[in-house]
Amino acid sequence: MTVLFIVLPAALLLAAAAVGGFIWMVRTGQCDDLDTPAYRILFDDDGQSKRDR
Amino acid sequence: MTALTAGVEIAPPFKESRCIECAHCGLDVPAGLLHLERDKQFCCNGCEAAYEAINACGLRDYYELKSRLAETGEAARRGPGRYTEFDDPAFTERHIESLPGGACSVELYIEGVHCAACVWLLEKLPSVVPGVTICEVDLSRRTATVQWDAVRIALSEICRAFDRFGYVPHPVEPSAQRDARKNEDRAYMIRIGVAAACAGNVMLLAFALYSGEFDAIGEPYLTLFRWMSAGIGVLSLLWPGKPFISGAIAALRAKVWHLDMPIALALVVGTFAGVFAVARGSGEIYFDSLTMLILLLLIARWIQLRQQRRATDAIEMLFSVTPRRVRLVRADCVEDASIDAVNRGDLVEIGPQECVPVDGVIESGTTSVDNSMLSGESLPIPLTSGDAVSAGAVNLGSSIRVRVEAAGRTTRVGRLMSDIERLGRSRTPIIGSADKIAKPFVLGVFLASGICLSVRAPTDLGHALEAAVALLIVCCPCAVALATPLATSIAIGRLAHCGILIKGGDTFEPLASTPTLLLDKTGTVTEGRFTIRTWTGDESLKPAVAALEAGSSHPVAIALAAVAEPPSTSTQAHHHLGLGVTGHIDEMSLAVGSRRLMLDLDIDEPPWASEASHIAADLHCTPVFIAKNNEIRAVAALGDAIRPDAMPCLDELAAAGWKPELLSGDEPRMVEHTARSLGITRATGGASPEQKLERVAQASTDGPTVMVGDGVNDAPALSAATVGVAVSGGAEASLMAADVYLSEPGLAPLADLARTARSVTRRIRLCLGLAISYNIVAGALAIAGFISPLLAAVIMPASSLTVLFIALGAGKARRQ
Repeated sequence: MTVLFIVLPAALLLAAAAVGGFIWMVRTGQCDDLDTPAYRILFDDDGQSKRDR
Repeated sequence: MTALTAGVEIAPPFKESRCIECAHCGLDVPAGLLHLERDKQFCCNGCEAAYEAINACGLRDYYELKSRLAETGEAARRGPGRYTEFDDPAFTERHIESLPGGACSVELYIEGVHCAACVWLLEKLPSVVPGVTICEVDLSRRTATVQWDAVRIALSEICRAFDRFGYVPHPVEPSAQRDARKNEDRAYMIRIGVAAACAGNVMLLAFALYSGEFDAIGEPYLTLFRWMSAGIGVLSLLWPGKPFISGAIAALRAKVWHLDMPIALALVVGTFAGVFAVARGSGEIYFDSLTMLILLLLIARWIQLRQQRRATDAIEMLFSVTPRRVRLVRADCVEDASIDAVNRGDLVEIGPQECVPVDGVIESGTTSVDNSMLSGESLPIPLTSGDAVSAGAVNLGSSIRVRVEAAGRTTRVGRLMSDIERLGRSRTPIIGSADKIAKPFVLGVFLASGICLSVRAPTDLGHALEAAVALLIVCCPCAVALATPLATSIAIGRLAHCGILIKGGDTFEPLASTPTLLLDKTGTVTEGRFTIRTWTGDESLKPAVAALEAGSSHPVAIALAAVAEPPSTSTQAHHHLGLGVTGHIDEMSLAVGSRRLMLDLDIDEPPWASEASHIAADLHCTPVFIAKNNEIRAVAALGDAIRPDAMPCLDELAAAGWKPELLSGDEPRMVEHTARSLGITRATGGASPEQKLERVAQASTDGPTVMVGDGVNDAPALSAATVGVAVSGGAEASLMAADVYLSEPGLAPLADLARTARSVTRRIRLCLGLAISYNIVAGALAIAGFISPLLAAVIMPASSLTVLFIALGAGKARRQ
C-alpha cells in the first residue's frame, strides 16, 4: 500500500489542475451569466431551424 | 388602464365576447382590432409588424419554441425614431468598444426580452442581418452583447432590426461600479470553487480516517492522511475562508459585534488546534467539518449577493430606458442626436408628451409642462418663450424649441443624482437580528468553554482542552449565519417576480415592525391625474364635450375627453390657453372652460351653476363650466381621484401597526382633503424637499420610517428614511435613492411587501431559535466530552440543513 504515498499527492495535483481550470473559466467571464445558457441548450441547431416547414 | 375607469356614470368599456390570442405575443386581441376575414389576429400594429418581420426572415420557429415553453407574452414594442443617434461620434466614443480586425462591440439593454424564445430569436440576428457577427443575450439582465463589422453595417441599422422584431434597444450606461461588481462576483465564485474542492478532498481523507478508527490503520498512512488534511484545511482557511477572518477583524476594529466573529473564532481555533494535533501526532482533527463550514457559508452569502445584484441590475437597466435621444435643430433642419452630443447653446425640439432632456430656456412655442417629477406640483404649469424649463419635466402641450443651458450630468436633476450617488447610503445601517445575536453568542461560547476548562482541567488538562476546542467548533453559528441570507434572498427573488425590486436584504426587518409610513400623495394614493368627480346639469352634452376635448393633452381635457364615446362628427375647436376651449359641433356652439372663459364670452352664470362650483370647491375640485349656445347647461367638477386600492391597503397596513402620514409637495388644502378622505390624521402639504427630509429625520428618531415617493423632490427623503420606496414611473433620482422599487402603481404592492416581510422575519426567528437550541445541545455535549470529529461532522451539517429547508419556504405568503 506504499503506493498511496505517490497516488494521493498525484490525485491532489489532478484536483488542483481542475481547480485551476475552473479559475481560468471564471476569470475569462464564462460564468458571468448563469441563467441564459440553461435555455440555450433547448434550441435546435442552426441547420435544423432553417429548414422550411 | 384607461381614463374610463373614473367614478363617473358611464357605460363600462366594451368587453371582449371571446378571447382570441394575438398571433405574435399571445395576449388577448381587443374586439375593436378583430379582422374576421384574416386568419391571423394581432393585438396591436407593433405585434403585426413584428410577426411579418420574423416570418420574412424565416424565423417562424420562434412561435413554436414559445408555445413549447408555454411562456406568457409581452406585446411587441416600437421605439421612436430611426436610431440614428446610435451612429453619433459622441455615442460611439462613449459606448462602443473597438475590437481588433475592424469589428465593434456594444452592450445594449433590450426592452421586451422576457423568455427563452426571445433569446433564440435575438441570437439568430447574425443569420438574418448581414454584418452582425455575434449577438449574445443575457436573459436575467435583459441585455445583448452585439458584435458587428463596422464597414458592412451601421449600429442604427442593427437597432432597427431589433425594433422590427418588437424589441427596443437602449444603450447601457458605462459604470465603474458595474465593473467592480463583476470582478467581485468572479472572486466570490472562485472562492466557492476552491472551498468546494478543499471540502471534497478533506472529506475523502476523513472517510479513510474514520474507517481507520474502527479497523486498524497503519501508522504511516494515518500520519500521511492527517498531514494532507491539515494542509488542505489551512489552504481553505487562508483563501476561501479569508472573508470571515477579515470581516471579524473589521468588526473588532470598529468595536461592533458581528456574526463573522464567532465564525472566525471557530475556524481559527479549529484549524490551529488541528495543525497542533497533527504536528504532535495525537489529538482530534476537525478539518472536514471546518472546510464544509466555509463552503456552506460562502454559498449562502453568494446566493444572497446574487439576488441583490439582480435587483440592482434591474434598477440600473431602468435608467437606460430614460431618453438618451434628442431632436437637435441645426440650420432649420431637425435631426436625431444622442444626448451626449448636445452642447450648451444648441437648440433642441421637444414634442408633445416628451420628457424634457435638458435644462434651458424656451426659444419658441407655448405649452404647459408637468413638473411633478421635480416639484411634486401636480397641476400643469403654462410656459411660453423666454421661460426656463428643467430636465425631467414632461411637455404636455405642443412642440417647443429650447435653447440648451445644461445637459446630462450638469442639469439640476443630473447634479442631484450625482449628489445621491456620492452620498450613497449615509444613513445608519440596520442591525439585523442575526448580528444582534453575535454579542450574547460570543460571550456565551466563551463562558461555556471557561466552565468546561475550570470544571475538567484539575482532573485532566489534556481532555479539558480538547473538549473546549470541540465546543468552540461545534458551536460555530453556521445555521444562524445561513438563516438570514437564505430566507431574505429567496424572498427577494420571489418578490422580484411580482415586480417588487429590493436592493438590500436588511429592509425586511423594519418593514415587519411598525414603522411610520410617509406617503407622497401624487401617484401613490391618488391616480395622479384628473378625473370627473361630479357632473351637474345636462347629461346629453357629454359626447359633444368629449369630441371637443379629444386630441388635447392637457390633463383636464384628457379627463373630459374620457367622459363619453365621442360621436364621429366633425368638430372645430378653438383653444384658449389656460381658460378652456370653444367650438362648433352639429350646428351648436359649445364652450367648455373656467369661469374666466364664461366671463370673457359674456355668458351669465345661473345660481345653480354657482352652487355647483361651490360644491366642487368644497371637494377641492376644479369646476369646469359647459355652455351650449351661450347658456351654461352643465358644471363638471374635476379632481385627482383616490386609487380604489389605497383604502384597503392603508387599512391593512394600519392593522399591522403602521402609522401612515401624508407628506406631499402638493397644495396643502388638497393634501388635507385627501388625508381626511383616507382617514389619515397627520398630513403635511406644500413640503419642499428640505422639509420632507426634515420630517423624515424627525420621524426616524421615534423608530423606523418607510418613505414612499416618486419624484426627484422626494429623493433626499427617500435616502434618509429607514426604507425608501420608489414607485412605478418615478424619476431616476428617486430610484437611485430608494431601497425598494415597486413596478406596479399604487399601494397594493406595498401591502404585499409588508406581508412578505412579516413572513420572512417570522421564519428567520424560527430558524434562529432552532439554531440556538442546537448550539446549546451541542455545547452541552462538548462540555461533557461526548463530541468526536465524526459526531461533529454529522450534527453540524444536519442543523444547517434543517435551517436551510425552513428558510426555503420564505416569501410564500404573498397575495392572500
